[in-house]
Amino acid sequence: MWALFVARNFEFIRDRAGFGWNILFPFLIVAGFGVIFSSGAGSEFKLGVFPVNPGSMIVKDLNIPEKLKSYDHIKIVPFRTRDEAMDKLLHHKIDILLKNAGPKLRYWVSDSSPKGYVLEKVVKESVIPEDMFASRVIRQQVKGEQIRYIDWLFPGILGMNIMFSSLFGVGYVIVRYRRSGVLKRLKATPVTAFEYLAAQMVSRVLILLFTSFVVWFGCNFFFSFHMQGSYFDVFVVFLAGTICLVSLGLVIACRGTNEELTNGFINFICWPMMFLSEVWFSIEGASAWVKNVAKVLPLTYFLSAARKIINDGASLSDVSPEITILLLMSLVFLFIGSLLFSWTR
Amino acid sequence: MKSSLNIIEVKNLKKAYKGKKAVDGVSISIPKGSCFGLLGPNGAGKTTIVEIMENIIQPDSGDILYKGDKRNKTFNQEIGIQFQHTELLAFLTVEETLKTFAAFYQKHLPVEDILSLCMLENIKKSLNNKISGGQRQRLLLGLALLNEPELIFLDEPSTGLDPQARKHIWNIIRDMNDNGKTIILTTHYMEEAQSLCDTIAIMDKGSIIDQGSPESLMDKHCRDENTPRNLESVFLKLTGKSLRE
Repeated sequence: MWALFVARNFEFIRDRAGFGWNILFPFLIVAGFGVIFSSGAGSEFKLGVFPVNPGSMIVKDLNIPEKLKSYDHIKIVPFRTRDEAMDKLLHHKIDILLKNAGPKLRYWVSDSSPKGYVLEKVVKESVIPEDMFASRVIRQQVKGEQIRYIDWLFPGILGMNIMFSSLFGVGYVIVRYRRSGVLKRLKATPVTAFEYLAAQMVSRVLILLFTSFVVWFGCNFFFSFHMQGSYFDVFVVFLAGTICLVSLGLVIACRGTNEELTNGFINFICWPMMFLSEVWFSIEGASAWVKNVAKVLPLTYFLSAARKIINDGASLSDVSPEITILLLMSLVFLFIGSLLFSWTR
Repeated sequence: MKSSLNIIEVKNLKKAYKGKKAVDGVSISIPKGSCFGLLGPNGAGKTTIVEIMENIIQPDSGDILYKGDKRNKTFNQEIGIQFQHTELLAFLTVEETLKTFAAFYQKHLPVEDILSLCMLENIKKSLNNKISGGQRQRLLLGLALLNEPELIFLDEPSTGLDPQARKHIWNIIRDMNDNGKTIILTTHYMEEAQSLCDTIAIMDKGSIIDQGSPESLMDKHCRDENTPRNLESVFLKLTGKSLRE
């Protein structure tokens, strides 16, 4: 088993393109989001204005409500003509369109645009004097350290990278080995299926933990993540999550010689997991069935536990339900994977 | 009753794929220390029989006895296999590949001896994905010999090799056989079978159609003055001249 473990590590590390990409990919995504959010380009809403010369637009000179010029998260996009702007509105490139003239505020909005719907309310609100709200609403300040989006996103990116590497790096690779006869050659030796699968698993788990460590500290150097919990606790969660996802990779790898089919199958698992397990955004407001589907996905528990520790400072006992579920899922995956494993079919 | 003289025996072996018979009631007894050649056109069932004997695939019916008993856990420790088509771990060197496989066995030859025997010393630091087809064949043979096997299965061991490399591999096989190792060889090269094997079985359509020493087969099938006295004549006479798969 040790020989297979060492051989698999050599295989992974010497495949420089694959190894480099495993580190570079999450780093690039985190870096990309870091740049987007640190440069203030993270405006959520796009408000088109016409007629305006894009080359010489001065926001304070625009003939639109003053409030709209000062709102955060609204980006004003100038257009020379109405036709040009309407085309962008119809294609959801902007969320609402305002005319830059006249005493009466005139705007266009697409009925099929959710962001346009919200922005329309904001535009209407912008013509109401601020003191109208004074006696009707009370603003409360959020106390404590606020979590930046990048801090919330980072565990998701790491988890997503581990998911892809586990499923493709184990599932896809073993199917390729089976097709090319490598597994058949191993079957002709005294190596048992358990030894082979265990070596694959241990190798991949250690390599993924190592690459995650490199990515973490590389990204932390540039973005100074706010770590609320203990590094040991988060290591335990990453270990449990990685074991679970690698075990899932072993289930995918247990049969088959068709690489294209395996590729499609892995994508079929990865994409729902990426969206429903809250890698990029929360599904807090999603319908009940979506949340129920998310509950059967291992990445959901992995990211939930990781974020509780990293963002909220939770302890291991706080995330013990998630860790228990991950370990139980691992056992089920390992049992199915080893039961169905075939060297040649 | 156990037959201690035969290292491996197969009895009434049958195997079909999707209803098509690949092996149809084959029985073979291979004496210890012999070099047994299995010849046949493409699709005759040679590789299927050999892979059943190797325990790679399971037969539909029939018995396989190794040293007179059912094969057990020690079987894989005592056999060596060179498959017809095998890829290796691409990013391991030749030497690392041998060391990795050596670790699977309770006893094995020193890796340096195998490197020397198969003339792999000058490429021992080369990655498997950088070596030539001939070098790969020699490495695969080295892997088959690594554990000093008692029984060696060689499925077309010299396919794709140049004449020099082929002669070299023949010498290795002959030396192994002279040292008491049993060899089961499939090949399309009649000269190879004639040169190495003491017993040859000719197969077609899943059955053995004749078996004997090269001399006895030639005596039997090359009586006609117009028929050249060689194994190719025997082969063509028994399997016909029509093109196969």
